[in-house]
Amino acid sequence: MEFYQRDRTLQPAGYTPIYKTSVARSPRQAMLSLQGSLSETTGPVFGQHELGPLDNDLIRNYAKDGDPIGERIIVHGRVLDENNRPVPHTLVEFWQANAGGRYRHKKDTYLAPIDPNFGGCGRALTDENGYYFFRTIKPGPYPWRNYVNSWRPAHIHFSVFGSGFAQRLITQMYFEGDPLIKECPIVHVIPDEDAINRLIAPIDLNGSIPLDTIAYKFDIVLRGRRSTLFENRLEGN
Amino acid sequence: MVQSLEYLKETASQTAGPYVHIGLIPKQAGFDIFENNFTNIMADENTRGERIIIEGRVIDGTGTPLRDALLEIWQANADGRYNHELDRQNTGEIDANFRGWGRTGTDFDTAVYRFETIKPGVVTGRNGRDMAPHVNFWIVARGINIGLNTRMYFGDEQNANEADPVLNLIEQAERRKTLIATRDDSGAVPVYRFDIVLQGENETVFFDI
Repeated sequence: MEFYQRDRTLQPAGYTPIYKTSVARSPRQAMLSLQGSLSETTGPVFGQHELGPLDNDLIRNYAKDGDPIGERIIVHGRVLDENNRPVPHTLVEFWQANAGGRYRHKKDTYLAPIDPNFGGCGRALTDENGYYFFRTIKPGPYPWRNYVNSWRPAHIHFSVFGSGFAQRLITQMYFEGDPLIKECPIVHVIPDEDAINRLIAPIDLNGSIPLDTIAYKFDIVLRGRRSTLFENRLEGN
Repeated sequence: MVQSLEYLKETASQTAGPYVHIGLIPKQAGFDIFENNFTNIMADENTRGERIIIEGRVIDGTGTPLRDALLEIWQANADGRYNHELDRQNTGEIDANFRGWGRTGTDFDTAVYRFETIKPGVVTGRNGRDMAPHVNFWIVARGINIGLNTRMYFGDEQNANEADPVLNLIEQAERRKTLIATRDDSGAVPVYRFDIVLQGENETVFFDI
């Protein structure tokens, strides 16, 4: 089964001058449209045995002598496809800055300090209903070199596989109410306002743990698989 | 009003950013956090097939190689089977010692990426037509808004490449060469060199898959 054609009106173009780094890194020739074969409709499979017990707990998975500084949050949601079906047992990976907006990365030189108890990455497999969750601290906004005074809204990066390589997706989750979202060139490479809003996670009080941790809900939608009406198998019969 | 089509919309892509290493290859970011890391070593001693190395660079429109790109590859095993339930080809066997997937970053200093894998076999394509051995690439980086898909073919498979249904879709025959890696047998393990050019002269053919 192949995938529905990607809706490019909802996806950023490669060449987006408001995000300056894209100018030299975007192809100029048209992409060649390719109907799915096994090379696109299959993809890597991962198992729970490959993950550690703390991989989805960013408050504890790099803690040395205490908890990291910052607002304790849970991020949870489902990975679905365009047919509104859950994507089960798929790998979801996430990474982020610490509460001060600093990444634990040898190339990040921002003034804000590294948090000795925070690594800033984690991963989970969705369950049979496509559900995932992790615990972390809320990342801070930080400056970056685009315009001289550009600031990224607080965000968490997500990487998702799905069941076929054509579903592979990297995106960023933003937080409800962040005034920097509307200023951000990286957000605004997305040409559709509703598509931008779907990247903004609302506070989910029902998912919160009272007196402990507040929750945000973030669903991710991958491309849907087309049912094989009147069709032979892709690889022949 | 007509009835509504109740499809959801695919989540919009965003750049992987300069710090993609933290999430996907934390050792390159400079720290060790997971017990089990996903890497560019795709074959172990029990994997069937010819050991090969794939290496190259990702080059921007100014001719500068990217030192912060992340690449993943997905490929069939030596028999041309993908390790996935939807591969129902009746030729060859699944190799329990080969997932067929690897991940790496271009080096911060040399800008070179490298995978240690095996050479894949022929996979049956659409309408029963054989596809020449190939490796599927996915490239993300700061400045790349949505992951780029391309394929690497093998320079020593000239006949299979000439018959490949995907290469033959490329209208300008000259551009097919951008997908063909050259084989170097000078070392202990054959090396296929495959540079990916994001823009400009010799721009790699990318696929909207």
